[in-house]
Amino acid sequence: MIRVTLPAHLRKLAQVDGEIQLEIAGQITQRTVLDALEGRFPMLRGTIRDHATQKRRAFVRFFACGQDLSHEPPDAMLPAAIASGAEAFMIIGAIAGG
Amino acid sequence: MSGVRVLVGTRKGAFILSSDGTRKNWDISGPHFAGWEIYHLKGSSVDPNRIYASQSSSWFGQIIQRSDDGGKTWHQPGTPAGEPTTAPDGSPKGESNNFAYDTSAETGKQLTTHQWYDGTPHPWEFKRVWHLEPSLSDPDVVYAGVEDAALFRTSDGGTSWQELAGLRGHGTGAQWQPGAGGLCLHTIILDPRNPERIYIAISAAGAFRTDDAGKTWQPINRGLHSQYIPNPTAEIGHCVHHVAMHRARPGVLFMQKHWDVMRSDNGGDSWHEISNNLPSDFGFVIDVHAHEPDTLYVVPIKSDSEHFPPDGKLRVFRSRNGGNEWEALTHGLPQSNCYVNVLRDAMAVDSLDKCGVYFGTTGGQVYGSADAGDSWQPIVRDLPAVVSVEVQTLR
Repeated sequence: MIRVTLPAHLRKLAQVDGEIQLEIAGQITQRTVLDALEGRFPMLRGTIRDHATQKRRAFVRFFACGQDLSHEPPDAMLPAAIASGAEAFMIIGAIAGG
Repeated sequence: MSGVRVLVGTRKGAFILSSDGTRKNWDISGPHFAGWEIYHLKGSSVDPNRIYASQSSSWFGQIIQRSDDGGKTWHQPGTPAGEPTTAPDGSPKGESNNFAYDTSAETGKQLTTHQWYDGTPHPWEFKRVWHLEPSLSDPDVVYAGVEDAALFRTSDGGTSWQELAGLRGHGTGAQWQPGAGGLCLHTIILDPRNPERIYIAISAAGAFRTDDAGKTWQPINRGLHSQYIPNPTAEIGHCVHHVAMHRARPGVLFMQKHWDVMRSDNGGDSWHEISNNLPSDFGFVIDVHAHEPDTLYVVPIKSDSEHFPPDGKLRVFRSRNGGNEWEALTHGLPQSNCYVNVLRDAMAVDSLDKCGVYFGTTGGQVYGSADAGDSWQPIVRDLPAVVSVEVQTLR
């Protein structure tokens, strides 16, 4: 079971109140987590990754286990604590005014 | 009982202002989509309960929202809450957020570059929808003007969008350059007498027209004169801020350019200046009276660097003779210490008798006039900065 947290705007868009739990078979990577997240909440397609390129949007960051994973390759394995559900995969909007 | 519904897009959400035909007492609903930039909302003239909204943010991109009940409830088209996440054919939902430039061999155009502010080539990148224009005959058909400049169309109520790539790829695209607000397609005008004819305008490329429903396009900028570009009379490169047309006279167009208020009597083939006695011919909005095709409205702004009204006086200027002469409308508007702006899509008219005129400011006020501009009242004073104002006349 993978735990994911969303910023407030995206929680509202997905109509969820708190943390999201996803069941993912196989490798746990940014790509498999985001694929599963968008599969369950299709209204989030395009809000975290660009629709066409699948690249992370510039003002969205990924954190887990105290590390900034924003610039890690999308197919790199996420930390074991994410795969085990001990820690949440955090999707965060960059602090940039607004 | 007739009434009006004013659709207001702001930097931090959407608001809907409703009144009966007297336009004296107003109900305010919102913020809808609180915290998001709402560049534009517009209702279908065929089905007034159908309203489309462009919701976006620099963080999370573009969302299209749709209401089928006059703005009471909203959903992303094709992705209703609680329904399965794939369509019956197995394709994923969420496509209403997807504005992909068409580069296919069959219908698309190569994704080349446009000019950046410094003149260097810059790749085309989708950023947001600036303007939504519902079809005059089908509530499921809508055109979307986007940044970086291109025109999209949906025929399934906003569930999916396809680019009309003939515009972006018609030949001059490599010379288009962003204005201060970005390389945005902000104006879409559908000809009520000829469904094949569409006018659009782009900052800073100019105005364009199609006569074959979007397959091919031509620039329509002859007569425009822009001192701020290397060739002031170039075919493209003009910073057109907004264009307006009266439904009963679709060949006559009125334009507020970066500087200059312009008129065309031949569908944009040529333009001539009608700024005349305006205190400044810089501005963003321009609109036409619902029943008088030669009655125009603009809000002069001091200059391209000082985006506020001249002398701190918020004045709408009206011409009753197609732009030959302008009169200041001030009754009910602040006439001292006013330094707000009125952005390009932030003025609209209703079609009641007398014609109602509405505009919103970057200071968060929405002003309305129920007597064609003779007098004004603030409908609401303290919204976030207003980006767009549209009106639905309900009968």
